[in-house]
Amino acid sequence: MAQILSPLPGTFYRAPSPDKPPYKADGDAVAVGDVIGLIEVMKSFHEVTSEVAGTNIRFSVDNEEPVMAGAPLADLD
Amino acid sequence: MLKKLLVANRGEIAVRIIRAARDLGIATVAVHSAADADSLHVQIADEAVNIGPPAAKKSYLNMAAILAAAEATGADAIHPGYGFLAENAEFADAVAAAGLIFVGPSGDAIRLMGDKVSARSAAHAAGVPVVPGSAGRVAGIEEARHILIDTGFPVMIKAAAGGGGRGIRIATNLTEFEQAFPQAEAEALAAFGDGGLYMEKVVGRARHIEVQVLGDGSDAIHLCERECSLQRRRQKVWEEAPSAALSESLRDRLCASAVALARAVGYSGAGTVEYLYDDEADQFYFIEMNTRIQVEHPVTEMITGVDLVAEGLRIAGGEPLRLKQRDITPRGHAIEVRINAEDPARDFAPFPGKVGDLRLPGGPGVRFDSMLYPGYQVPPFYDSLLAKLIVHAETREAAITRLTRALSELSIEGMKTTKPLFLALAADETVRAGAVHTRWLEGWLTENASRLGGAQG
Repeated sequence: MAQILSPLPGTFYRAPSPDKPPYKADGDAVAVGDVIGLIEVMKSFHEVTSEVAGTNIRFSVDNEEPVMAGAPLADLD
Repeated sequence: MLKKLLVANRGEIAVRIIRAARDLGIATVAVHSAADADSLHVQIADEAVNIGPPAAKKSYLNMAAILAAAEATGADAIHPGYGFLAENAEFADAVAAAGLIFVGPSGDAIRLMGDKVSARSAAHAAGVPVVPGSAGRVAGIEEARHILIDTGFPVMIKAAAGGGGRGIRIATNLTEFEQAFPQAEAEALAAFGDGGLYMEKVVGRARHIEVQVLGDGSDAIHLCERECSLQRRRQKVWEEAPSAALSESLRDRLCASAVALARAVGYSGAGTVEYLYDDEADQFYFIEMNTRIQVEHPVTEMITGVDLVAEGLRIAGGEPLRLKQRDITPRGHAIEVRINAEDPARDFAPFPGKVGDLRLPGGPGVRFDSMLYPGYQVPPFYDSLLAKLIVHAETREAAITRLTRALSELSIEGMKTTKPLFLALAADETVRAGAVHTRWLEGWLTENASRLGGAQG
């Protein structure tokens, strides 16, 4: 079991834009370096890349919700 | 006169508007998101209402929540500030429909100036020079070929319904143009559901010059120009007034054209007509009109002595323009720099930190518009503007020297800010000579990035 933490404070987005599918669907597998979402900080967007690998991703933050730096974004098996 | 004003904004501009209202004896209502409960505008207003979660969409852009806050507090007017709902015609209409006063122009004036094609047509009709191109939508490739005689190459093909740089193509010769035009049409139809296109000459090296206007719905005056050529990613970072690049006769023509446009559209409140000025051709061209107070309004206030926000509130309260054109006599030179929570040493990465010890510049000719206080946690959800440092002196040269002095007094512990950028720019020979254009700063940053590793903000 592993966790992906938010590298920055801001607003979390699961998809690259509102009309695109999410980077990762619930339950997807994640490899090291995969992008799992975006954090918007002061109107600039930063990709969140996973530093861990695992399966069955479960997000603990909803799309467009605020997050603090270091807060868990998702759990992996 | 207005009795109770709701300020539908946050940050330094909310503070600025609340100050102007209080100076006029108007009661104030701040609105804030859950992330802004501790912010300065909430502290200095008479009342405050929480209008929703941190995301702007759910708070500062939530029209229903803002109108409900106005009703609950008995406000009779709403000031939109800049950004958020400031140029949203639907919001201006909704405020009026609720029986409240919108501090700014009518929804119709916002709509007219918000659409690129209609704004260009209105400017052209008022005798304001526009960038050579189509008068409105281009009917087809036959008409397009005819317009090329005026524009020459390179030429821009823009989607009438586009925005923010989307739906723009540039052709440098006829072959490229013949290919790009039908493609742009199909693309615009697919992206915006509207295949309408217009064409514009690509103006090469140019300065950004804008004219401040005040109107009361029938009459209008100008308060001279500002130059904002120092930009990074199309965001202004340093603004000044007057522009050192204009001759007296050109300045007169430029400012008169802005007044003509404001009058033609029955403009009410503070507004800005923006132009590109091509030094070499000694030509200016209308770009757009911003139907709101602007970030850089203080430089105009410093040289004219007019409180633009207060005048806007008086006009909204039903007073006719108090000032005639002959009352506007600019004096000296003013410069504003935008102190942003960004680290210039790391490609301007955002820095939403917590303010520690805070030392502000002061003394003659120095103004500091900000929402900072010691211990303030800068939230990550909104733009990065922390403060505007404005200096005024008799000459441009003295203003730049004063800017360096004021910057050296400023210390915002715990934050990375754009202060090192402005210290470096103020020392730069090209900036001191005023020999800049809108793309100059991007090039300078590429060459000087290593010099911007300043200490703490």
